[in-house]
Amino acid sequence: MSGQLIQFVNCKILRDHKFILDDFWVRDGKIVDPEKVFFDEKIKADKQVDCHGNLIVPGFIDLQINGGFGYDFSTGDTKKALDVVSKGILAHGVTSFCPTVVTSPIEVYHKILPLIRKKKGGKHGAAILGCHCEGPFINVAKNGAHPPECILEYTDGFKSIEETYGDIENINICTLAPEFNNSEEVIKELKKKNIVVSLGHSKANLKDGEEAVKNGATLITHLFNAMLPFHHRDPGLVGLLASDKCDTIYFGIIADNIHTHPAAQRIAYRVCPKGLILVTDAISALGLNEGSHSIGQLKIEIRNKMAFIAGTNTLCGSMACLLECVRLFVEATGCTREYAFEAASLHPAKVLGIENQKGTLNFDSEADFVILDSDLNLVSTWIAGECVYEN
Amino acid sequence: MRLVILDDSKGVAEWAAKYVIKRINEFNAGPNKYFVLGLPTGSTPLGMYQKLIEFYKAGKVSFKYVKTFNMDEYVGLPRSHPESYHYFMWNNLFKHIDIEPDNVHILDGNADDLSTECLDYEKKIKEAGGIELFIGGIGPDGHIAFNEPGSSLVSRTRVKTLAQDTLEANARFFGNDISKVPKQALTVGVGTVMDAKEVMILITGTHKAFALYKAIEEGVNHMWTVSAFQQHPHTLMICDEDATLELKVKTVKYFKALSNVHHKLIEETNPIEQTRYIH
Repeated sequence: MSGQLIQFVNCKILRDHKFILDDFWVRDGKIVDPEKVFFDEKIKADKQVDCHGNLIVPGFIDLQINGGFGYDFSTGDTKKALDVVSKGILAHGVTSFCPTVVTSPIEVYHKILPLIRKKKGGKHGAAILGCHCEGPFINVAKNGAHPPECILEYTDGFKSIEETYGDIENINICTLAPEFNNSEEVIKELKKKNIVVSLGHSKANLKDGEEAVKNGATLITHLFNAMLPFHHRDPGLVGLLASDKCDTIYFGIIADNIHTHPAAQRIAYRVCPKGLILVTDAISALGLNEGSHSIGQLKIEIRNKMAFIAGTNTLCGSMACLLECVRLFVEATGCTREYAFEAASLHPAKVLGIENQKGTLNFDSEADFVILDSDLNLVSTWIAGECVYEN
Repeated sequence: MRLVILDDSKGVAEWAAKYVIKRINEFNAGPNKYFVLGLPTGSTPLGMYQKLIEFYKAGKVSFKYVKTFNMDEYVGLPRSHPESYHYFMWNNLFKHIDIEPDNVHILDGNADDLSTECLDYEKKIKEAGGIELFIGGIGPDGHIAFNEPGSSLVSRTRVKTLAQDTLEANARFFGNDISKVPKQALTVGVGTVMDAKEVMILITGTHKAFALYKAIEEGVNHMWTVSAFQQHPHTLMICDEDATLELKVKTVKYFKALSNVHHKLIEETNPIEQTRYIH
């Protein structure tokens, strides 16, 4: 803690859902209320940083990212993958993320979950908020890119979960299909352990979904993808966005215009704007060129900036970075920039229950933020008040 | 006493701001000689503050060697409340200029011992060498600072219980709920302001017209506390046309005829000292 008081001047800050022209004050890793400093401490800033009229927005939080830059969290050297990806995504404005492990054999979970520890962010990379376990308790009929032979059912309730994952200490999101027996117990137990239950890779109907929400599920994994398509007599998990049985449901949207058609993005945005969270679902191909790569136990191919399971036309993850998703989402939906930025920061912070620490530029929050020019090009990324990436 | 009549509130804001920066600049303030300014809050001075910020940003004035004393503050209102005068001053002036935090003084309405707070405030003003220019606004009932009708004209800084009229007028800032309006305020006294070397009072709008009439055409009266400044050697009243509606034609014509003299006050070429004794 240096105690150094930094004043960013000449900037537009995203605060309370709008951009305001104001100075932005930071000290000891936190966002500071300058009025208190002025009247109580009676001091001025130690350092001024001229932002030249640029935007300051909260650092992005990616709840679903499988890897990037040639590395994958689920296969190979997980430690190295965490190091490379957490550093690489600083260039995309991501200051915190949940490394996502796809459906894998049990021994893989036992080996890699203890490696995915929660970690503060810094120059070394974005903060690790906890692991997102996507599977293996999903519906084999909606497996997407997940290897079907590794998919399991929670036949013994929460015991199945613990036996499969081993140490659940590092998990903070669990994507599961809620349509099987024991789901009530499983969801309730996960919630008790402060693990966010996300519904996905599922054939659940709306009733199953509402039941899961009642039991504590708060998130839907990559809406529209790997679930039943919307049907007017049974709207399925998509129907949760307009259900009268639950308040706000959060849902991830892969806004790369490949996984989710712009019209589908607009539908989700208009029906449930409060719950929309932009996620990348990026794979190891993020930041790489066309060719062959690996995701989980599968080989994949990149063709025309799209990632497919090798030899098929099944999409298996995105290559668009979160900042690109923000830009594309604004274009696709016509939403305000303010909204799109919050969908990549405030909304994910809320579903994780950390909105008092991260995801906003409110006073006393952690000083994780991104400076962008007026065309939304990234200028620099900051974690805990320290510049960790400069373009 | 001078009465400067301008077309509208915008003109008042600009004139007042120009006068303030001219006074500061001619004072030749420095580390051993601070210019001490008394400051009001409210909608009337807001325009003046905006102009001051503009002039500061244009490099026409610096507040580095300026000390400020605010007139008043509510009792018991959290400082972060948008109606608190700390909040007002920070957002509308201080955060935009180069003033040193140490040189800013606002009464603390949340102090444990309010009467000590008031006594200390008077002491601090004295230690700063007294106030060079006190700027004030007035209420429709002719109050200056929170010196409500009936206040002693020799009063000093103290706790003041607010008049029902003031509570009602302020309710609009507290969600139209009069029960939420603070019932007390700390305020400098009429005597405190009278001690300033010069007093500049801003009056705009038809709703202040009767108060202006009471302030200058009737006698000194503690029911219209602003009238006390008739007896101050250097009082400047700056008003707009609307505020003159209750004045006699004779009064308005007299002061308007002096407008050439008045405008010299803010011309950059004439030192204020030279024009001070020409009325």
